[in-house]
Amino acid sequence: MKAFRAKSRTFEEEGWRAYALLLPWIVGVLLFTLWPMLQSLFLSFADYRIYGKASFVGLENFREMFFEDRMFKTSVFLTFKYVLMFVPVKLVAALLVAQVLNRNIKGISLYRTIYYLPSIVGSSVAMAVTWKMVLSREGFVNVVLGYLHLGPIDFLSSPSYALETLAMMGAWQFGSSMVIFLAGLKQVPQELYEAADVDGTKKMRQFFSITLPMISSTILFNLVMGLINAFQVFTQIAVITNGGPADSTYVYMLHLYRTAFVSHRMGYSSALAWVLTLIILATTGLVFLSSKRWVYYQE
Amino acid sequence: MNTPGTILRIPQITKRQWLRLLTHVFLIFGCFIMVFPLIWLVSSAFKPGNEIFQREFSLIGSRLTVQNFIDGWNINPTYYFGHFMMNTFLMVGSVVIGTIASSFVTAYAFARLQFKGRKPLFAFMLSTMMLPAQVTLIPKYLTFTAFGWINSYLPFIVPAFCATQSFHIYLLVQFVRGIPKELDSAAKIDGCDCFSIAFRIIAPLSKPAMFSVGIFTFMWTWDDYLNQLIYISSVDKFTVSLFLRSLMDITSSVAWGPLLACSLISLVPIIVMFFLAQPYFVQGIATSGLKG
Repeated sequence: MKAFRAKSRTFEEEGWRAYALLLPWIVGVLLFTLWPMLQSLFLSFADYRIYGKASFVGLENFREMFFEDRMFKTSVFLTFKYVLMFVPVKLVAALLVAQVLNRNIKGISLYRTIYYLPSIVGSSVAMAVTWKMVLSREGFVNVVLGYLHLGPIDFLSSPSYALETLAMMGAWQFGSSMVIFLAGLKQVPQELYEAADVDGTKKMRQFFSITLPMISSTILFNLVMGLINAFQVFTQIAVITNGGPADSTYVYMLHLYRTAFVSHRMGYSSALAWVLTLIILATTGLVFLSSKRWVYYQE
Repeated sequence: MNTPGTILRIPQITKRQWLRLLTHVFLIFGCFIMVFPLIWLVSSAFKPGNEIFQREFSLIGSRLTVQNFIDGWNINPTYYFGHFMMNTFLMVGSVVIGTIASSFVTAYAFARLQFKGRKPLFAFMLSTMMLPAQVTLIPKYLTFTAFGWINSYLPFIVPAFCATQSFHIYLLVQFVRGIPKELDSAAKIDGCDCFSIAFRIIAPLSKPAMFSVGIFTFMWTWDDYLNQLIYISSVDKFTVSLFLRSLMDITSSVAWGPLLACSLISLVPIIVMFFLAQPYFVQGIATSGLKG
């Protein structure tokens, strides 16, 4: 009994110390996560321009979004288009390079470093500046195309190529997915390949019948992360094309940014933020649902 | 391997060697795609300004010059480019220190201490990792406006000291759980309370994980644009990202050179950081999985 009491007292003491250590986090959650979320939920049903008063308008913001705001529809369409180009290219490139690097190749760490480099610098404004010049009409890429008697192509200043170009520019940063794929490929038991070799199975067939199923959970992870990032694309597009030419790269986050910080319509833009969140949740939710059919978990 | 019938002894290349050669050709071609914009950036920054856009490309212009760097450094009439670099270092540095310190104490409490509500709080912490940033973007802006923090670095620094990046807490929790518990017990017998265990035993052992947290935070904050765009409005507080963006607006074709030179300087810290941190970095991503 005595021992028990002593134990429960140290438990209690550790209790207040634990809360003391957690204090910054608790303040952070309350002030910078929960409170803003509640506020955002309220604002999405309100009309609030930053220097006025907030007034409750019910579902008016959502009605406007779906029935009146033409730019909303444009931005949703363009964002999905961007996602559908960016995500597959990024994943295929990442898996292809990871697969090649996974055979004991000389200089693997140097290759890995170089392929990772774009993921480090890619999302900076400095890199956006560089891309803008490299891909301009007189830029480096068109000079090279000129040597091959091709082009010039207006990569960024023509509405028919701009979004495609930006999606490829995003996919260029496939390094982080590649490193995750490499880790996944390392986990595949070598015996499976040895057995397949004994049976005389072609390498191509081995890739589709052994490698892909065995790394399917890694594919799922990269797919979900890729989707989440792609829906929120902002910096590169804001700096390079700023939505143009002719609104051909006007993605969702640009619409949200302009509504909030140019038009100062905080209520309406909060509603936009929640709709984007729901779009992301629905899409990743569908992916997770479908994953039961194609993701294979090892026991 | 000798094949009968060959008179000249040409070294035979086996199929396996061909394959290896092809693999390297493929990888090197890929590397070229990965780095050509960077090589172009370096090459152009050191060229005379009028040679940056020319019909014939050459890696080194007619002469090497640092004129672009000198012009870029002085391009703003009031502040040297170094001023914006210092601003960014100041802001990013505080965010890094705050994130490491606050994430560590939070992670230690979750990984090691027994207290009421540990499990639900931990689950809640994990769920905030999934929360998309744009939902809190606008209300946070309104809150910081109410606090009078607009046009200062406080909207970056204060949340950093409050462990708002759950991803980093998670990374550290995973690491601290891997440290043998016997160390804690031994220290307890010696009369240490959980504070001194945290700071004198666990913290020094967690240095590699703290290092990864620091590097990730450094890079994300350095590269970030949206938040800086929203919170910083006056030129004297501009970060490098904002300064470069403002140059793009006013730049006529004459000033491309200085803009490229400044861009190059602004990339140096993250590239240096990346190479210094290589071992930690790849490990950190491989074990935790990560956005890119």
